Amino acid sequence: MDGAHNIEVDDGGSFPCAPERNVLLAMERCGVAAIPIGCRNGGCGFCLVQVTSGKYRTGPMSRRHVSKDSSEAGYALACRVYPDSDLSMRRATQAERLEGSIGPAEPPSGYGNRK
Amino acid sequence: MAMSGVLRPGLVQIRVLDMAAALIHYRDRLGLDVVTTGADGRVYFKAYDEFDHHSIVLREAEEPGMDYMAFKVESEKALDEFARKLRDYGAEVSDVPAGEQPGVGRRVSFMTPTGHRFDLYATADLSKDGPMVDNPDIWRSEPRGMRIIRFDHCLVYGDDIDGTAKMFVDVLGFKLSEMALAPDGTTPIAIFLTCGMKAHDVAFVRYEGKGKFHHASFRLESWNDVGHAADIMTRYDMSVDIGPTRHGITRGHTIYFFDPSGNRNEVFSGGYEYYPDEPVRKWTYDSAGKAIFYYERALNERFMTVVT
Ligand code: FES
Ligand SMILES: [Fe+2]
Repeated sequence: MDGAHNIEVDDGGSFPCAPERNVLLAMERCGVAAIPIGCRNGGCGFCLVQVTSGKYRTGPMSRRHVSKDSSEAGYALACRVYPDSDLSMRRATQAERLEGSIGPAEPPSGYGNRK
Repeated sequence: MAMSGVLRPGLVQIRVLDMAAALIHYRDRLGLDVVTTGADGRVYFKAYDEFDHHSIVLREAEEPGMDYMAFKVESEKALDEFARKLRDYGAEVSDVPAGEQPGVGRRVSFMTPTGHRFDLYATADLSKDGPMVDNPDIWRSEPRGMRIIRFDHCLVYGDDIDGTAKMFVDVLGFKLSEMALAPDGTTPIAIFLTCGMKAHDVAFVRYEGKGKFHHASFRLESWNDVGHAADIMTRYDMSVDIGPTRHGITRGHTIYFFDPSGNRNEVFSGGYEYYPDEPVRKWTYDSAGKAIFYYERALNERFMTVVT
């Protein structure tokens, strides 16, 4: 694949990913099962990873699953990660994933929500 | 059968991460019509065969999910009566004035024990693009995209589904049409409720945590149209969860797929007719796979765990 970067997932294997393709989709299309596949669209938090090395861009991700702080610590939703170099990452633990999934009951504030 | 009280699912407000991507999905792929965009950026949609002003509201936010689902009730008097009954029941109730969104009258808003917000309203403007009524053709102009007929129902996840179901049955007059049971053979893990003659209008699945959104469902005319929707999903490389397949529960033909913010959508056709004197259909734990996905006879992990 021209210009593809190598993605290495701890204990999960590796696969190529073109810069304009997201990591989760590249993994799925290569038939690798290193990261759990949920909505594929940045909403459910299922594919949460921590990138440990490399440069990447991200698309829109649910703030419930990746806060500003945790994105600075390298956490990201693999379905919203676009590689600019080879990347190394690890799957989030079940506990890390559930933190966002169960989380607080209140929907985010905004127009149309109850006062 | 005379329908009274709560008439039907009227609308749902869904949070999206990126409105531009959501427009392509809901307008061009699903084929809903954009009715209007509000000053606050919310976008209002309707399906071609719906009479009322709109049925889908999208709001851009930092996390996806469902803000609320709203049911239309038969009259303003019935609305007042439901508000009183909900307060007497001990529910957290608030009033949403008319004008909060275009084309819809005042709403009564309440929280369920599962942490979901539901609204009731009695008044909505008729859409000028609604179905014809004088010597009506089957549509004004040919349906686009997946050819969705109407917004059909929602399935949501939360902890106290027993308390929520009791509220819908005792206060709002819903009927329990179907349920799936835990291994103990008595505890419900999924509850399907109807306010009319459809197999379900809203459903709840037991889940740790509150206020989760599983899917909003859209009605199609036929199994053929479910196939047509599947063709669109592949052509545009959309994120599919499962299907085309069939539910044992409700017997509907279905595809689950995701919008560009990870909210699950369903397209759905068929399903049995429900009469309020019918017994509750029950599924034991060892048949839960068949209950949800009749052809696969197994649940996928995504069904039980992937929510927004
Ligand atoms: S798969 Fe749902 S957020 Fe990536
Ligand atoms: Fe459904």
